[in-house]
Amino acid sequence: MIRVLLPAHLKTLARVSGEVQVDVAGQPTIVSVLDAIEASYPMLQGTIRDHVTQERRPFVRFFACEEDYSLEPPETPLPSAVAQGAEPFLIVGAMAGG
Amino acid sequence: MSGVRLLVGTRKGVFVLTSDGKRERWDVSGPHFAGWEIYHMKASPADPNRLYASQSTGWFGQLIQRSNDGGKTWEPVGNKFIYDGEPGTHKWYDGTPHPWKFARVWHLEPSLTDPDTVYAGVEDAALFRTTDGGQNWEELPGLRTHSSGPSWQPGAGGLCLHTILLDPQHPDRIFIAISAAGAFRSDDAGKTWTPINQGLKSEGIPNPTAEVGHCVHRIAMHKSRPGVLFMQKHWDVMRSDNAGDSWHEVSGDLPTDFGFPIDVHAHEADTIYVVPIKSDSEHFPPDGKLRVYRSKSGGNEWEPLTKGLPQRDCYVNVLRDAMAVDTLDSCGVYFGTTGGQVYASADAGDSWNPIVRDLPAVLSVEVQTLA
Repeated sequence: MIRVLLPAHLKTLARVSGEVQVDVAGQPTIVSVLDAIEASYPMLQGTIRDHVTQERRPFVRFFACEEDYSLEPPETPLPSAVAQGAEPFLIVGAMAGG
Repeated sequence: MSGVRLLVGTRKGVFVLTSDGKRERWDVSGPHFAGWEIYHMKASPADPNRLYASQSTGWFGQLIQRSNDGGKTWEPVGNKFIYDGEPGTHKWYDGTPHPWKFARVWHLEPSLTDPDTVYAGVEDAALFRTTDGGQNWEELPGLRTHSSGPSWQPGAGGLCLHTILLDPQHPDRIFIAISAAGAFRSDDAGKTWTPINQGLKSEGIPNPTAEVGHCVHRIAMHKSRPGVLFMQKHWDVMRSDNAGDSWHEVSGDLPTDFGFPIDVHAHEADTIYVVPIKSDSEHFPPDGKLRVYRSKSGGNEWEPLTKGLPQRDCYVNVLRDAMAVDTLDSCGVYFGTTGGQVYASADAGDSWNPIVRDLPAVLSVEVQTLA
């Protein structure tokens, strides 16, 4: 079970209030967690990564265990603390603009 | 009892303003989709409870929301706007080739007859359509792949398709406008398109017969006479009496012919409204006086409408999709400003009152006349 923290706007869109939890088979990676989130919450498709290129949207960042995973390749494994549910995978709206 | 419902899209969400037929007292609900930009929302003419909204932010991209109960509840529907085939390039501001890239939906135009069919005008300019209530969107590629497409250049707001008019008398006829490519017409339900820009004159385009390249801001028609079109161009107010085949200027005695919205009275096909703006570099009313101008002669002779509008220290703008008319008798006219005011006139523009004064910047105003 992977814990995921969404930014406020996406929590509203997904109609959740706190963390969400998704199941991922095997070693969780950035892409497998994103796939699982979009499978559980289809309304989030296209809001975190581009529909066509599957690239992270420019003003969205990924963090785990106080490390920035935003620029890492999609297949990058996430830390064991995330895999074990001890730490959340954070999806963050970049702090810019008004 | 009859009433009206205003659908107001702003920089920070949707507001719905409702009133009875007198249009004196208003209920305000919102913000819905708080914090998101709502470029446009519009109801189906075939089902007044079916609403569509274009919701976006720079952070999380484009969403389309649909309501089946007149705006009480909403559900996100499809948001995949993928160009048909390899999209190629258009011209960038500096004239170099630039890849076509989807940015947002500027305008949603529901079918006149089918609540599940909606047209979407997007940036970078293309026309999409859904026939299943917004779940799936498919491009009508004949427009973007018109032979002039590679030469289209964006206006200051982007290469946006912002106007879609469906001809009520010719079901296969569609008019659209793109900044800054110009106006186009299809007579075969969107398969093929013809540029309709003859007669437009724009600074920087020395060729008076240029097929494309004009910064059309808005086009309007009266449903009883869809072959007559009125256009607010970057500069100039224009009129066509032959479905866009040719245009002539009707700016007449306007104090300035720059502006964004243009609309037509619901019951008088030759009564039109514009909001003159000082210039392309100063997007506010001349002399700090907010004035709607009305022509009852289809252009050329204009009268300022000022009663109830601020006549000093007013420096707001009125954007292209932010004016609408109801179909009550007498015709109601509405517009929203970048300063967050929504003004209503229940007497065809003779007098105005603010419904709200302090919303976020208003991007769009549509009105439903309810039975």
